[in-house]
Amino acid sequence: MAYVAIRGGADAIKGSARLMDAMRAMGESAPLELDQIERQMPLLHSKVLSEGSLYHPRLASLALKQALGDSLEAAFFLRAYRSTKPRLGETAPHDTRNMRVVRRVSAAFKDIPGGQMLGATPDYLHRLFRFELMDEGAERLDEIARDWLGNRPMGDTPLTFPKVLDSLRDEGLLAPLAQDDTQPFDITREPLIFPVPRSAQLATMARGETGGLLALAYSNMRGYGDVHPTVGELRVGYVPVMVPHPVTGKPMEVGEVLVTECEIVAMFEKSDDGAPVFTLGYGACFGQNEVKAIAMAVLDRAISVAKDKGRIANPSEDPEFVLLHVDGIESMGFCTHYKMPHYVTFQSDMDRLRAARGKAEEAADAPR
Amino acid sequence: MHPVDTMGQNREGAEYGFAFLDEDAKRELRRSIFKAVCIPGHQVPYASREMPIARGFGTGGMQLTLALLGPDDACKVIDQGADDSVNAANIRNFFALTCPGVTGTLRTEEASVIQTRHRIPELRLRADQILVFQVPYPDPLVVVEPNAAKRRRMHGRADYARLWVKLYEDMVAFDEITISHRYPTRINGHYIIDPSPIPRFDVPKLHQADCLYLFGAGREKRIYAVPPHTDAVPITFKDVTFAVESFRDKATGKRHCCRRCGADDSFLDEFFDDAGTRVFQCSDAAYCDMRLERLEAAE
Repeated sequence: MAYVAIRGGADAIKGSARLMDAMRAMGESAPLELDQIERQMPLLHSKVLSEGSLYHPRLASLALKQALGDSLEAAFFLRAYRSTKPRLGETAPHDTRNMRVVRRVSAAFKDIPGGQMLGATPDYLHRLFRFELMDEGAERLDEIARDWLGNRPMGDTPLTFPKVLDSLRDEGLLAPLAQDDTQPFDITREPLIFPVPRSAQLATMARGETGGLLALAYSNMRGYGDVHPTVGELRVGYVPVMVPHPVTGKPMEVGEVLVTECEIVAMFEKSDDGAPVFTLGYGACFGQNEVKAIAMAVLDRAISVAKDKGRIANPSEDPEFVLLHVDGIESMGFCTHYKMPHYVTFQSDMDRLRAARGKAEEAADAPR
Repeated sequence: MHPVDTMGQNREGAEYGFAFLDEDAKRELRRSIFKAVCIPGHQVPYASREMPIARGFGTGGMQLTLALLGPDDACKVIDQGADDSVNAANIRNFFALTCPGVTGTLRTEEASVIQTRHRIPELRLRADQILVFQVPYPDPLVVVEPNAAKRRRMHGRADYARLWVKLYEDMVAFDEITISHRYPTRINGHYIIDPSPIPRFDVPKLHQADCLYLFGAGREKRIYAVPPHTDAVPITFKDVTFAVESFRDKATGKRHCCRRCGADDSFLDEFFDDAGTRVFQCSDAAYCDMRLERLEAAE
C-alpha cells in the first residue's frame, strides 16, 4: 500500500534496525574491535572526536562501529550522549605552548626555533596503492612497530616547543596578544544570537563539520574573499588538561587531549596605533585534523576582516552564514528529515496548485 | 481496539536518567516555556540540546515533551495525524525507553501531552491538555529575510510589511494566495508566528483555544507558545479571505468524505490504493477510529 497508509510503522522501524545490525554481521568478517578503529583509523576517529565535541576516544570508536563507519552519524552519537551530562565546571584557558608536540610545521619560515618537525603526515605520500597491505598479518604489524620504536633514540627531542608567532610579536609585526578575561561564550548552553563574540565563533567552528568548513573556506581561498593565508604554525600534539582541584582550587592535571592547532598570518591592516601589522586567524580542534584547523583559521580571519571593515562582501565573511551552516549534526539531520512523510503539507500544496490552476482556467475561459 | 501500553520498559535507556535530559537542561526548558507563554508568539531562544534522533525529526518538540512529562502523564505522539507513522512510532519508543511510568495512549481525549508533527487533532483539546509541535522553521519572516539579526529587529517593531507584499505578489501572479501550509498567523495582535507546517485547515484551531500550544524548534533553537484563550489570526487582506483546503470534488462539486468513517469535516489524506484508484481518508487516525467505533456501537 502507499506510504500514506503504512500500518505498523513501529514494526517497520524495528525491522529496519535489525537489518542495519545484520548488515555488519553478514559477510563473515571478524568483529571489529574498538582498538582497531582508534589505532588503525586515527584520522577518521579524530574527525568524530572533534565534530562530536566530546573527547571520549573509546566512545568515539564505539560510535563509529555502531554507525557503520559514517563519520557524521558517529559524531552524532557523541553529541546526543553529551546532552545527558551536566556541565561540572570550567577550566582556566589552556596554553598550547605546553603541548606535547607530535608534529609542527611553519610555512612562513625556512627554519623555526626548535625546528620544523614533520611528524606523521600523509602530505608527501604518493597516493599509490601498496597492494601488500591487502593481506597483512598481525606479525607484520608488530614488526613495523618494533622496527620504528627500536631505532628511536629516546629523549633527544624536546617535548614542547616555543610558538613561531611569538617571534613575530617580539618584532611588532603582529599585534601583541591582548589578555581577554571576559567569560567565554558557551555554545552548548546559549543559542547563537547575532552578533556573537569571537569565542562563540571559534567554539562553533571547532565542532563544525570538516567538509562544511572546508567548502566555505575554499570559496574564500579561490576568490570569493581575500584572506590569502600563510600558515604561521600548524601543530599537533597532546595538551595537558588542567582542572581546578575541588578543594584547594589549584589547577591539577587530569589527563591530556590530542589537539590540532593552526595559526594563519594574513595580510597587514592598520593597527590602532597607526603602524600596520599582520593579522591572525586561529583554528583548533580535537584530534588530528589539519584540513579542518586550517579551514577554520581562514574563516576566523575572513569573518574578522569583514567585522573590522563593517562590510560583508562574501558568504565566508558573514558570521551568520558560516556559523549557522557548518554544524554537521544539524545540517545532516535536516537533510535527512526530507525522507520522512510530508504528505499533509503536500496535500496543502496540491490544494493551492489546483486552486491557482482553476483561476487560470477561469481567466482563459472568460470572454474577452 | 485501543491498546494502552505503559511506557515502563527501560532496557537500552537504562544508562540514562528519567526523560533523558540532565536536570539543568530541563530547568532551562521550563523557564523558556514560561517566558514563551508570557509573551505569546515571541520566539524565545534556548540552548537546544542534541537528541538521539536527528535534527529535523522533532528534536525541539521532544525536548519540550521531555521537560513536561512526569510519571503520571499520558502521552500521545502523532506524525501527519497518525500514531503509527514511522517517525511517531520512533519518538514514542524513545519516550517509552526513557520515561518509565508515563502512560502511552492513542486516544486524543486520554492524553495530557500530545506531541505532533504537521497536524492539530480534530477533537477540540481541553484546558488540561498540551499540544507540542515539532517546528522546522520557527520564523515566518525567513521567506522574506534570510538574515536572523534583521528578522529579530523586524519582529520587535512588528514590521511585517514584507509578508503582506509577498501575499500581494501572489495575488498578482496567481489570483490566489499560494501559501499552502506554515501560514503566517498573528498572535495576540503583535507577533506573527510560523505555526509549523500544519495545513491551513488547522490554523483556525489555534484561535481562542482551551489548551496550551507549545512550539519547539530544536535545530533553530527557539521555543514559542500560543496560550489558551489567545487570538490567533491568519494574515490576509480585507477583500481576500483566508481559505482552508477545500477537498472539493471537481466532478460533483461536493466535498470528498473519508472512505473509512465517512467524515466530511476532517482533514483528508488523498492517495492511490493498490488498484490505482484515488481515495480519501481521515489524516487524524484517532478521530477516524473514534467515529468508526461510534458507528459500530450505534448499529
